[in-house]
Amino acid sequence: MSNNIYIYILVMALSTWFMRVAASLVMKKPISNRFLQSFLYYVPYVTLAVMTFPAIIEATQSPVAGAAALAAGIAAAWYGADLFRVAVICCLTVFVLESFIV
Amino acid sequence: MNRNREIFVNGYKSGIPIGLGYFAVAFSLGIAARSYGFSAAQGFLASLLTYASAGQYMGFALYATNAALIELVLLTFIINARYILMGFALNQRMPEGTALHTRLLVSSCITDEIFGITIARPGVPTPFFTFGALIAAVPLWALGTALGISMGNILPLRVVSALSVALFGMFIAVIVPPSRKDKAVGLAVLTSFALSFAFSNLPLISNLSEGNRTIILTIMISAVFAALAPRTGESGDGLSDAQSSGGDSHE
Repeated sequence: MSNNIYIYILVMALSTWFMRVAASLVMKKPISNRFLQSFLYYVPYVTLAVMTFPAIIEATQSPVAGAAALAAGIAAAWYGADLFRVAVICCLTVFVLESFIV
Repeated sequence: MNRNREIFVNGYKSGIPIGLGYFAVAFSLGIAARSYGFSAAQGFLASLLTYASAGQYMGFALYATNAALIELVLLTFIINARYILMGFALNQRMPEGTALHTRLLVSSCITDEIFGITIARPGVPTPFFTFGALIAAVPLWALGTALGISMGNILPLRVVSALSVALFGMFIAVIVPPSRKDKAVGLAVLTSFALSFAFSNLPLISNLSEGNRTIILTIMISAVFAALAPRTGESGDGLSDAQSSGGDSHE
């Protein structure tokens, strides 16, 4: 590793913090550019979706269990389960399925 | 002053259930962090200072691939772009003339959940409330990360495998409800799944680092959807509330 891990942690923390306060530094009036507004609107969902799949089927011992966890998580969130419950349901799906598969 | 103290305690109490949820998810982040070469102390420090799930997960992964610092900065900006929106939403609720340090203190506390409870609370956002919540939740986040790193290896492989999807479960919980409400978001999510899968399997493209694939896909897909399905303003979920209150005024 050529990167010092503490510098890495510091840079990660500062860049994250900068995102939090960026609006406070520039906010005089709301963003009015419609494209930029729309772009920023889609960004979080697209990023999280890209990071979730196919990574979720590579994280588990059995890809089938990962895929099932994705399906179960989507179903649970669709029907209104909160963040914590969705996470628990995904874990349980993998645990139960891998007891049979692996 | 007593009033502020009351608000702080109020924020602290609201932060406790959030922290318990964080603890479980952070454990799964810790398991990932361990595989990327972080010690428990380093993970604790990173979580204490950063307190951002998706961003930290990506940051840890980038460290393992020995990515350049500029790549880390760019990706952190992109992955946490939603915090900008949340920052705008919070500032929108603060009257003109609010001191800069008050604005900075409130927005320094932004996480998905703390933003949620701050926006849900009537009245002007105050740092006493947001710091109360932050001080309750973030230590649990950091502790969960450290325990995930130090105990991930003494747990049976099957348990580790199961816990490793907790973080993805959390991502799913963020992207699915707005996908249900807004077809364009749903389509963007499905497109992201499909192209992400393609990018990680196609020859040549799959040689790009995971971080670079995420940057390229995020910019590409978000720009196409912004052009084809521009936002008109109002919808029910937190993020588009952030969006619409950036556009309308709620005085």
